[in-house]
Amino acid sequence: MQIPVEGFMYPNEVELQWSILIVLYPYITGLVAGAFILASLERVFRVEAVKPTYRLALLTALSFLLVAPLPLQLHLGHPERSLEMYLTPHRSSAMAMFGFVYLWYLMAVLLLEIWLDYRRDIVVKSQTTTGVTRLIYRVLTLGSSNISERSLRIDERLGYFITLIGIPSAFLLHGYVGFIFGSVKANPWWSSPLMPIVFIFSAMVSGIAAVMLLYMLSTRLRGKEIDIRCLDKIAQYLMYTFIIDFSLEMLDLLQRIYEADESFRSLDFMVHTRLWTSQVIIQILLGTVTPIVLLGLTQVLKPTETVRKRTYALAGCLTVIGIFAMRWNVVIGGQLFSKSFLGYTTYKMGFATREGLLTAIVLMLLPFPILWILVKLLPPWPDAGSYPASGVTPEPGTS
Amino acid sequence: MDITRRRLLMLLPAAAVAWKYVQAGTFEASPNYKLTDHWWAMLIDIPKCIGCGSCVRACAEENNVPEGYYRTWIERYHVSDWNFERPEVESPNGGKQGFPLNQDASGKNFFVPKLCNHCADSPCTQVCPVGATFVTPDGVVLVDKSYCLGCRYCVQACPYGCRFINPKTNTAEKCTLCYHRITKGLTTACCEVCPTGARQLADLKNPKDPIHEFLRTHTVQVLKPHMATGSKVFYDGMDGSVR
Amino acid sequence: MASGVRRGGLNLLKDIEHLIRLAAVMAIALVAFVILRAAVVPRSFGQYGHYRGAAIAEIASRPVAFAGHNVCEGCHTDVVDQKKEGRHVVVPCEACHGAQAKHADDPVSVTPAKLDTAVVCARCHEANSAKPKTFPQVATADHSGGLACDTCHQPHRPKIEPTADTKPATERNK
Repeated sequence: MQIPVEGFMYPNEVELQWSILIVLYPYITGLVAGAFILASLERVFRVEAVKPTYRLALLTALSFLLVAPLPLQLHLGHPERSLEMYLTPHRSSAMAMFGFVYLWYLMAVLLLEIWLDYRRDIVVKSQTTTGVTRLIYRVLTLGSSNISERSLRIDERLGYFITLIGIPSAFLLHGYVGFIFGSVKANPWWSSPLMPIVFIFSAMVSGIAAVMLLYMLSTRLRGKEIDIRCLDKIAQYLMYTFIIDFSLEMLDLLQRIYEADESFRSLDFMVHTRLWTSQVIIQILLGTVTPIVLLGLTQVLKPTETVRKRTYALAGCLTVIGIFAMRWNVVIGGQLFSKSFLGYTTYKMGFATREGLLTAIVLMLLPFPILWILVKLLPPWPDAGSYPASGVTPEPGTS
Repeated sequence: MDITRRRLLMLLPAAAVAWKYVQAGTFEASPNYKLTDHWWAMLIDIPKCIGCGSCVRACAEENNVPEGYYRTWIERYHVSDWNFERPEVESPNGGKQGFPLNQDASGKNFFVPKLCNHCADSPCTQVCPVGATFVTPDGVVLVDKSYCLGCRYCVQACPYGCRFINPKTNTAEKCTLCYHRITKGLTTACCEVCPTGARQLADLKNPKDPIHEFLRTHTVQVLKPHMATGSKVFYDGMDGSVR
Repeated sequence: MASGVRRGGLNLLKDIEHLIRLAAVMAIALVAFVILRAAVVPRSFGQYGHYRGAAIAEIASRPVAFAGHNVCEGCHTDVVDQKKEGRHVVVPCEACHGAQAKHADDPVSVTPAKLDTAVVCARCHEANSAKPKTFPQVATADHSGGLACDTCHQPHRPKIEPTADTKPATERNK
């Protein structure tokens, strides 16, 4: 298909290299990192108020982390060769080293923490359920059924330690994605030492907002009472993180405008034309400024519980959309302009193709059934043992 | 996976092809070529380029370059006195069929052939996650298409836009400096067909190569020197407006 | 006393049994990975650097399409003589004739196609403001009125030598 070009692009630059799937990938890992940071708030910083969301945040992180490699695999020209990244990683390549950061985070941090926190429940369920579920739980116990008080205390200590390592690991997980972009000197839209930091903070924002929304939604679906103290606390953390994130992004923008280096004119024109809707309207105005104002108003005006809940829901939705727009603007925006600074191309996104919109939508929805399965296997509710209001019959053997 | 007869029948021809491929991978064609004796570069003389497109066509034929992608291409510049930093540039089909008559003959007009700069400190080889693209001991940046994942990181990292993904192999591809020719004592396809001698292959390790004298006596530039890539394609007589 | 300590020690092992099992699983996975790596990574990897060394030879063995003018000149000495005197002496054969390695390998069966000079010559010599001013270029429509270039020019020695008919009137009968 003919791609419309404005001005001059190097002939090989006209076709975009990284598609919407590569927009999805930092978005998903961002949600993971953010959800995990929220979980660690309780564990490490002893923020009691957010305890109801602790296990949910961990399971959310896991379901998104399991989906995260899929957009990458679908994007690769030769996904069957992707194991090469672990067999012969090129140490100078940020992408190669990231493969190990991902693996470390998945295996050593997230899975381990979930296992240690849930081990008692797993052992109990391995003895009380039947059929296939019983087999699953038995495998998860690794053959050990010791849930003595001492072993549980050891688990708790170890879990604390892992969460402690987990916080910088979560930062590393998503900061590395920022570094993958920020270290490309050929691309002035990406190349910036601020990029990993901006990515981390926007990840935290999206993760916290996602867990907040999921907590509100799941509690509503289960017909339970939302712990408003917990919600207020999460919203507070969301606001603080958002302010930091916004300041960083504005700093980058202001510096660019002030210094006006050789790329500035071309980038400025691009933002004013091709990225106007996605960057200025969706990312900045609707996705950042509006949620910050809304959250700030709830802090200052202290409205009623109902109004607060609705505001949080609105702010949360705008946030997750806004952070997606941010990833879009970074990845797609970085490829819309020519490295000669003399022209622009267009992103032609397919629909039902390997890297098309439909694929992206499916991938974005995929963590939810996975989360549902995880929630069924390892119920994260503080009052575990109760069932969704949708009327699913309890499994035989469970309490 | 069971080795059924049907599967074996499918595998055998593939194995035969693979064996032929392995056999072809021997350096038998050029037993006298020592990697460490050479350090390849190229010299491009801008005032001599007539934008005929012979190099682009020859490269495409020599290397089976797919239509719409370019291992080398030519840009035509139109620079007037007041838009030095933002010249008008065009490259219709990479310059493959030459250039149409331009309406505006005022100002400064010239052609710039471009290709992979075979950087000594190449950013593209730095970012490859698996080691599928590399700088050979004789200074040529190559892609191992049987190892490339097609992640496109190298395409993003190249400041010059010389890389692309071959739609047939789904791997990264770019100018190989006609490695299969220069290791046999031939010159690159683009240099071979250039009618004015605007493109010249050079071997910096060869003391008798004319490039040494040329570099000493002419003002040369490389593209985007601030990127510090160690580019080895030298441009003589290149205007500062070239992007 | 001693048996109490031993019982305490055994109890500790029991209480961390699940962690020991986990460590064992991870150790097995690590060993499996190392074995896989040894089996799967290509032999020549790392020979010259962080890449498959055999790739260099593979790429160097690709077939050649352009023979190179030295090869052409080996047989076509008559053309060499013709070109010697003219300005096209610097123009390589395949610049106009295209890739001829197949013809060089089998000159009898593989013969080069006849060129259409109207197309081939115009590629270089069609007037264009971006071409160097010193380079011979014409607006072919005005110059030849649509005639093929080889109607008047011999491509291997393109300069038209003045004959009795073509000499300017002032120069005749001198």
